[in-house]
Amino acid sequence: MSRLLTISDIYLEGRSEEVWQPIINGVSLTLDKGEVLGLIGESGAGKSTLGLAAMGFVRDGVRIKSGTVNFDGTELTTASAETKRGLLGKRIAYVAQSAAASFNPAHRLIDQHIEAPVQHRVRSRSESIQDGMDLYARLRLPDPDHIGFRYPHQVSGGQLQRAMTAMAMACRPDLIIFDEPTTALDVTTQIEVLAAIREIVEQFGTAAIYITHDLAVVAQMADRIKVLLKGDEVEEADTRTMLSTPKEDYTKSLWAVRGFTRPVKPPVPAGQTPLVSIQGVTAAYGKAKVLEDVSFDIPSGRTVAVVGESGSGKSTAARCITGLLPPVEGQILFDGAPLPATYKKRSKDQLRQVQMIYQMADTALNPRMSIGQIIARPVQFYMGLRGSALRNRVNDLLNQIELPPEQYAHRLPSELSGGQKQRVGIARALAAEPRMIICDEVTSALDQLVAEGILRLLAKLQDELGLAYMFITHDLATVRAIADSVVVMKDGRVVEQGTKEEVFNPPHHPYTDLLLSSVPEMDPDWLDNLLSSRGVDNIGDEAADKISVES
Amino acid sequence: MSTVLRIILQRLALGLLTLVIVSIVIFAAVNSLPGDFAQAILGQAATPEAVAAIRTQIGLDDPPVTRYMLWLYGAVQGDLGISFAQANFTTFTGSSNNVTVADQIAPRFANTMFLAGVTAAIAVPLAVTLGILAALYRNSVFDRAANIFTLSSISSPEFFVAYVLILFLAVLNPILPSLSNIYADMAMGARLKATLLPALTLTLVVTAHMMRMTRAAIINLLASPYIEMARLKGISPLRVILRHALPNALAPIINVIALNLAYLITGVVVVEVVFVYPGIGQLFVDSVKIRDIPVVQACCLIFAAAYILLNLTADILSILSNPRLRHPK
Repeated sequence: MSRLLTISDIYLEGRSEEVWQPIINGVSLTLDKGEVLGLIGESGAGKSTLGLAAMGFVRDGVRIKSGTVNFDGTELTTASAETKRGLLGKRIAYVAQSAAASFNPAHRLIDQHIEAPVQHRVRSRSESIQDGMDLYARLRLPDPDHIGFRYPHQVSGGQLQRAMTAMAMACRPDLIIFDEPTTALDVTTQIEVLAAIREIVEQFGTAAIYITHDLAVVAQMADRIKVLLKGDEVEEADTRTMLSTPKEDYTKSLWAVRGFTRPVKPPVPAGQTPLVSIQGVTAAYGKAKVLEDVSFDIPSGRTVAVVGESGSGKSTAARCITGLLPPVEGQILFDGAPLPATYKKRSKDQLRQVQMIYQMADTALNPRMSIGQIIARPVQFYMGLRGSALRNRVNDLLNQIELPPEQYAHRLPSELSGGQKQRVGIARALAAEPRMIICDEVTSALDQLVAEGILRLLAKLQDELGLAYMFITHDLATVRAIADSVVVMKDGRVVEQGTKEEVFNPPHHPYTDLLLSSVPEMDPDWLDNLLSSRGVDNIGDEAADKISVES
Repeated sequence: MSTVLRIILQRLALGLLTLVIVSIVIFAAVNSLPGDFAQAILGQAATPEAVAAIRTQIGLDDPPVTRYMLWLYGAVQGDLGISFAQANFTTFTGSSNNVTVADQIAPRFANTMFLAGVTAAIAVPLAVTLGILAALYRNSVFDRAANIFTLSSISSPEFFVAYVLILFLAVLNPILPSLSNIYADMAMGARLKATLLPALTLTLVVTAHMMRMTRAAIINLLASPYIEMARLKGISPLRVILRHALPNALAPIINVIALNLAYLITGVVVVEVVFVYPGIGQLFVDSVKIRDIPVVQACCLIFAAAYILLNLTADILSILSNPRLRHPK
């Protein structure tokens, strides 16, 4: 095999507050033709910046301090903009994390698809359209002859991600950079995209750099894996070696994260009134029904995980419980007594009992208030504390979430890391002294190590305070780690519910089975085995569609 | 398509409602002006008897609500009434061929529209092109020069800009006439030539807004992932801006263009006075001076309608520029 890309000793810097801060410190990598390299690391490790640098591209506010990027004989760090434009899109292509944001909303898919081949004079317009349809078919997009004539908002996320892979393939590039292409997708959709990407990369012998934070995913895609930590290379090895015998402690810790589990709690005594009981709830946005006849209980002091793909109605169920969306039918009982349907009619005490923690701690915290003020707000509002009593309570809460008050109380949310912000979200919910907390995808935006810390904290608080959690997530590993019982939802209905043991051990409901088997495993052969067991035409989303929720 | 149609119909109905409310405000405001037509026209000779006689004759003694209803009833049918000056003049001379407000305003309005049209034809393409180029070469010398030039022209008073242009284009280099002598059956070329100086003045006044909004709306989008994607496809910078940024930046640009076009119809009094351009602005100011209420009301109504109509058009075009609304799921 011949060498395609050589990055040697590259230093990248990003400007923040007028100072250039290092992002990548002297990383080198090589890539042969047709080879797939996995780049793995947590957010902030500099994976994306390095991936873009491999294209000779830096974002605004980033610069290449030193080092070289040699693509097939062309030195990209010193090449003119024109030379680079001649390579980008034509010989080096990019697949971004969010296809929904990376497709231009103003143009049809096919028009965006043919732009690179037509502009680079690789193919004529009509040939490009024909080729686009062919690629759509290879990537198993439904109705490949017509799907390209839709606008991005008319196509689902998984389909867009495949259309973007098709777009990257349009000029048959030698190298594609995949930047977390499946991170935003549900597990069942992810499989489809992974399978499609791998197949087409093999068919055309394209070399690729596959960037992700998910080890199990990279294990399916890459020939070699390179681990990054805060801009430094930790280690590199071929996939099987890396999985079986990681050398560095950091890599081992990444492997170990999925080991966190809680001891099984004794079963809830029969006849005990559940803390919250959702009874036959149907809810709708306008005319569109999003929940249909949903019933489940949340016992005091337990964790009920609500799992399902996006659009399955998990968050809507939470909105019904909090009273933000009054149900059309059915009711919510709290401690055996019905709650008013809308939050406007609930008493302060009823509101206090159920608190929420949100997925995006970034947007859920007021950026102009200090951490102390953010937590003091609900203490004042619900508990009516003032002066030193208020201060002491806020300090207690900060200690509970393991952020020392003297260091953190005066800081602004922007001065905290993602995990710390999520902890503040937890403290704010605790401030109301609730009996139940709804956790809406609270660890989805976090790296695995950080997410584990949050899960441990939530578990500790539950043991100390006897809280009930309604834990909304699409990540089954998280469910395994902390749930006592599980509710599986699809298309606004509950398809299966029971204790964790009941749901996770066979026999499964077919949809639960699909969800469980779609979670990538740390085995490089996992995807192959799964695809061959399911049959090529029965993967992911399409399989999910075939399972009727009524069964 | 039905969603778009429904939104458009909703906006039209809202626009109509706004116009009715505005007409009430106009009527109330005009009628609360101190002094009245009778006193203004009689001047020194305003004996109480004479004032009373004229007031009765032109209906100023009726209660305001009645007068408003009568006026609205007429206005809906396209009859904006007869100017007080005309009514007074015809009874005085005994002739009966009344010139209606509509007849009076029509030629003036046509002139104003002509001036606005010429200005828009120069200013809009100029501003949008400058804005696009400024976005393309942002922070370059060109960008700064364009910014400084347009900002200084918008910050100078209109009459000053007008006199500077007269100095250079009419006095020092007599290319264009300094007075806009417009009459009814003028040849198109001569008319254009006479209109050009006021049009250039107005161009300098309105370009800055539109240019800066075009630049800002485009630059605002340049950090979007789909722009990065276009750049990573090796698309040339100009094409990135024209094809990927501009279509998504249209809504704010259209809105600021509409506001400036409305200004060209309603806010050009000063420029009309400087160039003695026979537009609706001058008529309006003259009518306010003598408290000729029907004319003032009609002018105000036209101004309001122009604003509402242009903003409505901008709204509808913005909606149409959004593919999510044009092509629902």
